[in-house]
Amino acid sequence: MKTFLSLLTLLLATLAGHAKLNVVATLPDYAAIAKEIGGDRIDVTSLAKGPEDAHFVDAKPSFIRVLNKADILLEGGADLEIGWLPSLVANARNSKILPNGSGHVVLSENVKLIGVPTGPVDRSMGDVHPAGNPHYAMDPVNGKFMAERITQVLSRLDSANAAFYQSNNERFALRLDQKVTDWKRRLEPYRGAKVITYHRTFDYFLERFGFELVGTIEPKPGLEPSPTHINALMSRTKEQGVKLVIAEPFRPRRTPEYVADRIGAKMLVLPDKVGAVKNVTDYFGLFDYTVTQVETALKN
Amino acid sequence: MKLSKIVALSSALCLVTSVAQAQSNPELDQLKKQLQQMQQNFDRIQREQKQQIDALQKQLEAVQQNQTTAVAEQDKLKEQMSLRMDDVPRTDASELDRKPWRPTDPIRIGRGTTFMDIGLVGTFAVGGSTADDIGALQIGGHDPNQNGFTVQGLELSLSGAVDPYFRGNANILFALDADGESFVELEEAWLETSVLPGNLQLRGGQLLTEFGRHNVLHPHGFAFVDSPLVNARLLGPDGLRNPGARLAWLTPTPFYSELFFTVQNSHGENASSFRSSGGHRHGEEDEEQLPFAYRHFDNDRGVNGLDDLLFTPRYALSFDLNDSHTVLLGASAAFGPNSSGESGNNSTQIYGTDLTWRWKPVSHEGGFPFVMWQTEGLLRKYRAGEFDWDEDGNGGDEDGDGFVDGGILVDASTGLPAALGRETLTDYGFYTQLLYGFKKGWVAGLRFDYLTGDRGNYESMPLLISDGEGGGDLLGRDPLRNERWRVSPNLTWFPTEFSKVRLQYNYDDRRDIGVDHSVWLQFEFVLGAHAAHKF
Repeated sequence: MKTFLSLLTLLLATLAGHAKLNVVATLPDYAAIAKEIGGDRIDVTSLAKGPEDAHFVDAKPSFIRVLNKADILLEGGADLEIGWLPSLVANARNSKILPNGSGHVVLSENVKLIGVPTGPVDRSMGDVHPAGNPHYAMDPVNGKFMAERITQVLSRLDSANAAFYQSNNERFALRLDQKVTDWKRRLEPYRGAKVITYHRTFDYFLERFGFELVGTIEPKPGLEPSPTHINALMSRTKEQGVKLVIAEPFRPRRTPEYVADRIGAKMLVLPDKVGAVKNVTDYFGLFDYTVTQVETALKN
Repeated sequence: MKLSKIVALSSALCLVTSVAQAQSNPELDQLKKQLQQMQQNFDRIQREQKQQIDALQKQLEAVQQNQTTAVAEQDKLKEQMSLRMDDVPRTDASELDRKPWRPTDPIRIGRGTTFMDIGLVGTFAVGGSTADDIGALQIGGHDPNQNGFTVQGLELSLSGAVDPYFRGNANILFALDADGESFVELEEAWLETSVLPGNLQLRGGQLLTEFGRHNVLHPHGFAFVDSPLVNARLLGPDGLRNPGARLAWLTPTPFYSELFFTVQNSHGENASSFRSSGGHRHGEEDEEQLPFAYRHFDNDRGVNGLDDLLFTPRYALSFDLNDSHTVLLGASAAFGPNSSGESGNNSTQIYGTDLTWRWKPVSHEGGFPFVMWQTEGLLRKYRAGEFDWDEDGNGGDEDGDGFVDGGILVDASTGLPAALGRETLTDYGFYTQLLYGFKKGWVAGLRFDYLTGDRGNYESMPLLISDGEGGGDLLGRDPLRNERWRVSPNLTWFPTEFSKVRLQYNYDDRRDIGVDHSVWLQFEFVLGAHAAHKF
């Protein structure tokens, strides 16, 4: 009997071990938040790496393998991964992560998107996203909504650990609230400062902390900067007292540095997601780093 | 409502019959009573129904009321969620979606708002070559086919989820041949399972054969203006594609590996190494050109058994050396009958291997920089059937002038129409190409093509094409099997993902013909949906 019981325990333990949810995120941001909620009771993988341009990730065959084993796919949505994810999902042979599958999560559904085009859209405007700006994870408040959604899905698919996920979510939300208050306090003195960004990657961040976006290095989303555009941008913004020119780490530095130099602004390279720069390994770190960088740059 | 009508009608009928009967029937009182009863019944039923309708209406109103409250609550929730984002420019996309479509509205073809993604790709080329037989120089079906302008293809692609179980896809290509004649090709049209168990996936319809790397590409996916020579000659000018089915199994290995098995018809113009009547070419047709292996085909039968089908297994595996290096290896084979010679029933085997290596640094902008090296080698064993050029048994002299008629192949050692024996012809070749995306939107490419065939017995015979007067031109190697090579550097600029301009130079060296130079400028646009990139 004792042997039987211990065998049964072992079996249950093994089953429990197998039941550990396998979460695959398209971007490290979503993976980082999932990690906060699921802790060591879930496995988390991110397809894109931190330093990558999220719009242009290679559809590596190895990702098919990863997606084949996934219980949950966390996707940013709003057309962010449209260039590389659909064919991977279609070939992963995994009904759980197909659109409307039990584990298919489109995080943008829980978030209020900005930059939704109001009039008719066509591609003469560049690579516009009809659904809105997909870089919403750059607003820490959106982190709460994303975490909420992830918690719901984890709790539904692994009800045994639901309480664990929910308490983690509460803790995460609480900590994020405190942090946001702190970040806001630190950036409050610079409210209204004018900035230029390379791509519209930081709109949500700027919105949240009260900065004003006055132009982009790209003439239109996804297009290479042209001399005409850069000259027009500089002459337009020269007298406006622009404080910062912000670019993601993967962008070429020369043009934004040139612009910053000519209009008397500071050039700042800021992470666009978790892992984009060294030492930014989680979602809090992303904003700790960014806020510190902005604060330091604007202080002097 | 229906019930009450029936009741009313039957009551009326009863009434009429009762009245009719009443004149000849003494039981009038009883009938009157019955009638009264019926009327009462009818009134009661009507009353009840009215009550029921009223109740339902009330319920409906209640539900509607609830719904509005729910929506209001949702809006409130959304309001709370948006926090301080009120000053943000907002248009609710979902609100637009909910608006009912009216016939005067434009048909929206954006992703997610319809049940089909529609895309249109136009590919054009302009340029010239020193060769005067561009059709034989550029052997790909969608290669530039003349000096000046070529419409390489206008491809309409339609795709989407059919239902929860299938995905559908169709690629229809419109183009102009060298004579300016329009033609339409059904490149692909298939449905594919989305939820088959056992890591399987089944695709059926008209499909590009899963053989190697290049064969599954549509013309706009090519990295060069033209198709690799080895693909165009051994698999077919337009590649190998036919009606059939493909089963793909994602194998349970720790790395990515997939096993494909395709079964297709082996006849038709897009199976030129199999039971095709010689393949087709949209270039300048050379009327004088002899058929492959100097013998005609007999291909008037369809599929009568399993051995009339084309079988193509492929195994592909891939692994990441690290975050920026990915390797993909593959081996393919195609087995099927060919229609060479009089019997029209011989076999072809094609084997291929491929290697793709891709480097893209972890930190990249818009997918640049990258380096991609891709190589494919193919070998074809073609069993050519026996063929006697004296088809009518009259010594090839149908007009009776004492000479073998013009256009007939003659064995110079006997002066009689040639009798070609059965033999196995071996052809092989490869291409290797290197692409270097050196700057966002810019790709430099270099490709080397090599192609040859072992000399067949028929090519060692002293054969000539009769001019009808006892003479003729002596033939050498079969131009469809002779050795040739090509070097093609090119430069492509992608202003965006949806357009490209490509300049390419080809240095061609065809044995027994000589060297040719060609320069092509290609331009392309994509409208509408753009399928996600595959590796």
